Amino acid sequence: MKLIIAAIKPFKLEEVREALTAIGVRGMMVTEIKGFGSQSGHTEIYRGAEYAVNFVPKVRLEIVVSDALSDQVVATIQKTAKTDKIGDGKIFVLDVEHAVRVRTGETDDDAL
Amino acid sequence: MSNQIKLGLGALGATLFASLPAWAQEATTEATETATETATAAAELVPYVYEKTVHNGDVAWMSIATVLVLMMTVPGLALFYGGLVRTKNMLSMLTQVFAISSVVCIIWVVYGYSLAFSYGGSMDTYVGGFSKMFLSGVDATTLVPTFTNGVWLPEYTFIAFQMTFAMITPALIVGAFAERFKFSSLLVFSILWVTFIYFPMAHMVWWWGGPDFLAEQQTLKLIAEAAGDTAAAEAAAANLAANGLIWNWGALDFAGGTVVHINAGIAGLVGCILLGKRVGYGKESMAPHSLTLTMVGAALLWVGWFGFNAGSNLEANVITSLAIVNTFVAAAAAGVAWMFAEWALKGRPSLLGLVSGVITGLVAVTPAAGFAGPMGAICLGLFAGAVCFWFVAYVKNMFKLDDSLDVFGIHGLGGIIGAIGTGILVNPALGGAGIPDYTSVPGTLQVGAYDMGFMLTAQIKAVLFTVAFSGIGSFILFKLVDLVMGLRVKEEVEREGLDVAEHGERAYNM
Repeated sequence: MKLIIAAIKPFKLEEVREALTAIGVRGMMVTEIKGFGSQSGHTEIYRGAEYAVNFVPKVRLEIVVSDALSDQVVATIQKTAKTDKIGDGKIFVLDVEHAVRVRTGETDDDAL
Repeated sequence: MSNQIKLGLGALGATLFASLPAWAQEATTEATETATETATAAAELVPYVYEKTVHNGDVAWMSIATVLVLMMTVPGLALFYGGLVRTKNMLSMLTQVFAISSVVCIIWVVYGYSLAFSYGGSMDTYVGGFSKMFLSGVDATTLVPTFTNGVWLPEYTFIAFQMTFAMITPALIVGAFAERFKFSSLLVFSILWVTFIYFPMAHMVWWWGGPDFLAEQQTLKLIAEAAGDTAAAEAAAANLAANGLIWNWGALDFAGGTVVHINAGIAGLVGCILLGKRVGYGKESMAPHSLTLTMVGAALLWVGWFGFNAGSNLEANVITSLAIVNTFVAAAAAGVAWMFAEWALKGRPSLLGLVSGVITGLVAVTPAAGFAGPMGAICLGLFAGAVCFWFVAYVKNMFKLDDSLDVFGIHGLGGIIGAIGTGILVNPALGGAGIPDYTSVPGTLQVGAYDMGFMLTAQIKAVLFTVAFSGIGSFILFKLVDLVMGLRVKEEVEREGLDVAEHGERAYNM
């Protein structure tokens, strides 16, 4: 099993969810986050007080899938979340040791 | 435009005569003549007799104006300030404004009204006395003069209206040292400040006998002079001069530019310098936590300001109408000026800039509301909006001044521009309403001769006096409170936020 963590642009969330559902992903966790990468922040001005906002809002997806589906999920996110502009995000893939479905006690691939 | 206003005042005079049956017929004829002719005809003068008429319309309007000013304070000012601070200090702003208003409300009827609006004996030029403490002598039958001969207002109405001014002024100051002032010290400071600064200022600017008293004394003086009775003439002359210090200088302040705005602006400036910057100022983001609420507060302030400015006329008449138009256009002009200045120089038109401009315009038009013409009020608004933007966006940063919510930049500076501008824009040649003159023709309101040198001198003197009085007085009071109980919260309290540390609650539990 693989854990796929992706930080993407917030407005791309719905599109990515649809595309992933279409290839058989049955669940994901979503968190609103702030962060920085290559995309620089912006400046906000309040009555002359200027604040550099370095952390920009992103959405973080956490998806656990079987090893077989992993590459396809990464490719789908990469394709769907892409806008060709700086700040489209990053995708990380990690190994997952064990998974349990709380309701039934099923484990690993069966729990996904 | 100026002609219309003059006609308006003339019509006002004419209505008055109709409503004053006790007025001698020959006096009516004299009223149309000039001051010098009146003086020569003094031998024929009869003592000025008047009736006190209360108009239901005036009472209704003033009751509404009174609660409009309360709406400016709570919720208007509280939300305007609250939205501008960080989430962790939201409740502290709301509590400070609400608490100061409530405390001053009680103080006002206990001794504040007396200190501001009663005869002060040997100190009468500077402050009132204690004769009306606990509203002693005031009941449902007592009346106060308005600005029109023969037209009076229930004293309770006047007390309530002026009470709202005393409530909002110390609440304005708290924006300057937002997010770091100790609540207990703030209450003590506010009580001392209204007692030693606000009440005397109100007395010095607004304490006068009223049009009927002036007409009566002026007539007595002319009669005494004609009869060669110098003692009686001197007594009458002394009565004519028994007004507040700044009133006697001839300075014009329609709705409290000096008493409220410059006064609070300077106190705020002194306070923020003495307290020092907020922890993390210039390093951490101190962006407003809710400009939505700030906009709601600013809008409530704008609406309430009609009560503040037009209500200061104390009657529902032509000058009320003028003050309402001026309060509209000056605010809009300053908002537009600030927005375009910011757009041109900072790249974007911001909501905060727009609403700050509107408040600046309201501040600037406060002393001018019943004196300037509408075109004059627009010019005043445009000028104040642009200058205050420049101060807040550039000059303040040069001095590294943490006047957190720009009490000085908006109320102090805007008030000074308004006060001096009033001296220029009152000129009938510029569309102004002219200087009210109650004594040239006792018993009817005349438009006095405009002398720019005199007017500007009077206005600048009033501004300088207010700056010095409020500046030095507030400095002493801040120092006193600091010595006894300390002004500032501990650093960890400031970091945690005043809401939880001082009030034990959070603005948003989500």
